[in-house]
Amino acid sequence: MSETVSDKIAAAPAIAAFARRDRLRAYEALPWLAAIAAYFLFPTYLPLGAQILATTLFALSVDLILGYAGIVTLGHAASFGVGAYTAGILAVRGWGEPVTGLLAAAIVAGLVGLLSGLLILRTRGLTLLMQTLVIAVLLYEAANKATSLTGGADGLQGMQVWPVFGIFTFDLFGATAYLYALTALFVAWLIVRRIVYSSFGRSLTGIRENMLRMQAIGAPVYVRMVVIYAVSAALAGVAGAVIAQTTQFVSLTSLGLDRSGTILVMLIIGGVGRLYGAFIGVPLYMIAQDQFSQIDPVYWFFWIGLFMVLLVSFAPGGVLGSLARLTQRWRR
Amino acid sequence: MTDIPAALETEKLSLNFGALHVANAIDFRLDPGARHALIGPNGAGKTTFVNLVAGRLTPTSGRILLDGLPITHLPQDTRVKKGLVRTFQINALFRDLSLLENVTLAISERVGIASNMWRSAGSHRAVIAEAYALLEDLGLADDALRSVRELAYGRQRLAELAVALALKPKVLLLDEPAAGVPSGESGVIIAMIERLPADITLLIIEHDMDLVFRIAKRITVLLRGRILVEGTPAEISENAEVREVYLGERTPT
Amino acid sequence: MASYLSAAIFIGFHGLAFAMVLYLISVGLSVTMGLMGFVNLAHGVFAVAGGYIMTGLMNRFGVPFPLALLVAVFTVAALSVVMERLLYRRLYGRDELDQVLMTIGLIFMSIAVAKYLFGSTPEAVHLPSWLSGHVDIGGRDFPTYRTFLIVCGMGLVIALWLTVERTRFGAQLRASVDNLRMAQSLGINTGLLFTKAFALGSGLAALGGGLGAEILAIYPGYALENLAYFLIVVAVGGMGSIRGPFVAALLIGIADVGFKYLLPETGSFIIYAMTMALLLWRPQGLFGRA
Repeated sequence: MSETVSDKIAAAPAIAAFARRDRLRAYEALPWLAAIAAYFLFPTYLPLGAQILATTLFALSVDLILGYAGIVTLGHAASFGVGAYTAGILAVRGWGEPVTGLLAAAIVAGLVGLLSGLLILRTRGLTLLMQTLVIAVLLYEAANKATSLTGGADGLQGMQVWPVFGIFTFDLFGATAYLYALTALFVAWLIVRRIVYSSFGRSLTGIRENMLRMQAIGAPVYVRMVVIYAVSAALAGVAGAVIAQTTQFVSLTSLGLDRSGTILVMLIIGGVGRLYGAFIGVPLYMIAQDQFSQIDPVYWFFWIGLFMVLLVSFAPGGVLGSLARLTQRWRR
Repeated sequence: MTDIPAALETEKLSLNFGALHVANAIDFRLDPGARHALIGPNGAGKTTFVNLVAGRLTPTSGRILLDGLPITHLPQDTRVKKGLVRTFQINALFRDLSLLENVTLAISERVGIASNMWRSAGSHRAVIAEAYALLEDLGLADDALRSVRELAYGRQRLAELAVALALKPKVLLLDEPAAGVPSGESGVIIAMIERLPADITLLIIEHDMDLVFRIAKRITVLLRGRILVEGTPAEISENAEVREVYLGERTPT
Repeated sequence: MASYLSAAIFIGFHGLAFAMVLYLISVGLSVTMGLMGFVNLAHGVFAVAGGYIMTGLMNRFGVPFPLALLVAVFTVAALSVVMERLLYRRLYGRDELDQVLMTIGLIFMSIAVAKYLFGSTPEAVHLPSWLSGHVDIGGRDFPTYRTFLIVCGMGLVIALWLTVERTRFGAQLRASVDNLRMAQSLGINTGLLFTKAFALGSGLAALGGGLGAEILAIYPGYALENLAYFLIVVAVGGMGSIRGPFVAALLIGIADVGFKYLLPETGSFIIYAMTMALLLWRPQGLFGRA
């Protein structure tokens, strides 16, 4: 194409807008401002805050494959748990350096994700769903039985996590944990945002919308899905590691089915495939759960279950999806 | 038989489901630059043939050759990379994405930037420019930023063609390009097909005989999975068997 | 040598009993997934509900075992019809994700309700005297209840297969699983069929839950904890198949008992690994359609 055509494109404002979809918008600073504000406003809630931040990272990783590639998985807890146990086992066995622990978790979880992706991403739909489930319970059972390595049903105890950069210790007040988790989340967000707005990310949207068509335009769909599955697994592993390191404990529930289920719920509440669904859904859920559990933990399960049923029946798309529909109606 | 390799060739291509021969030992040949139509009554196996050639279905036996090289066991996306592109009888576009994005996705794949995870999609200006230029060429530029879902069906079929052309095909398989389009709008599609560069090899599946006789230099008639007869439009329209097969359906003028 | 034989008989017997329970519960799930294309992760709720109603009637009101079981089955079947009409129906044809979420929500609710009504400890099952103890078969002692379970189970399985093969309902069911559109154009009232199939599946699940209360303990977390096994039986057997899950249940039931007996340190791991291998080799299951 000639230069003049390129200039023509640059001139047409609408097309130019299309080309600059990825530019940072003002509201994208909000989550970070809110997170920093929370640090100063809620000093007693920092341990919970760290959990929320790490879980947001987890939800972000799930959004990559669920919201962007369209892969429905019940087994994401597997990656999360693998990362948690990697960091945990390292810390128990004498290597408590947190940042390298995160990297190790990312690598191990990423490899597990790569291997499982290679195996199972040839199928789709219900069969794929089943296979993600089987992998998850497989790893759960392995962790359950390998008690010498993982502590089994009692959980992994005796983690000794060293201070970050040798200076910032993880203590009960949670200040270090909070900022540590926030940094990890920020880095992950940068990566995810990059991917989502890249050509690769757009091709994922294509795969989600119409896999057949993507194959018909020459996209190696299987390869793309395996790649994003592995990346997502690595990120989930980091989330698991952050929680392990900040709580100095890894329990079997990090691999459990309800963890896979609840992360889906948190993501759905915020809205899938919109990058920020995780940032809305996770805090909402976890703060609500924290408040409710103090009243009655049993009731929490009931109400969140009811909420899920109602949400699916009446408000698919979650908060962001409903907002999008509202603004669309507004514009007309 | 000539010495130049066929642009596309099948040898005894078959697809059987038990005793049901959906494609029955089809020997087919497309010369480079051909304007070839594949016709036949419903259920004759035309779309099946396209699916076999494109790689969506795996044949029970037989070979497929593209430019003299066997592609029988290659996956769909590899065939596309080698220049074999098909369109769908029922639109298979990304309905919630804009026209421009639909075409950009295709060009991104062709050019090879689609695997790039780092640079933003919008930064590939040349790709976007090419997509826009293609849409202009097909008269779709005004709708570039509208989602496919919002367009009239005729325009969507044009978009389907745009996406195929974005891939710079060497061999283009059009599966009923004018299907479902109101007769007022099908003229645009026919005009676009006529304007295709002479070096693209074209195979059109169609029921619309007007289109077939306007565009095709050779016609193959398929019946129950086998080739019934092949020849020039004049030969086909005079062929008694073909007349019989089409009795009751639209007869060529 | 004799001890190998004993072990084999032990594993075979208890594996068979477990398989019966698994099959009765899972066959309904296979039909739901194959017929309505609906991922009902909450299927186990029907089983545990059957168990709770049965034990509740027996323990609190002294209702005799057979009657309690029958009441449980019909109550759950009736309730399932209500749920199908009110809730599940809205989600046919929707995204898998929505179905997964809704049914997980239902599981959560069931756990909370069960904990609230019955507490966390598993329900005690007091078998009537004619079913307790041991019975002598071929010179060996077998627990009476499990023998009863196997015999009963086989009877039910045969009755089910006859229903599916010989009755009009069964023919309609098989046709619809095979090709729903075609069945509709033949005039089959698929909406009604769905409801009937759903009720049958849930009723059988309740039956499995009640009969199997001694094998799979009735406690609030039942539907979630046993979900993997139910899904695996369906996946390995083949979604939509009626016989497939039976073979799968046999394989899994016997393998589970066998491995837990011979290699207890591995738990269910080998079963999951075998399932994984099978699904990789044959994603549609043993008897599913490709």
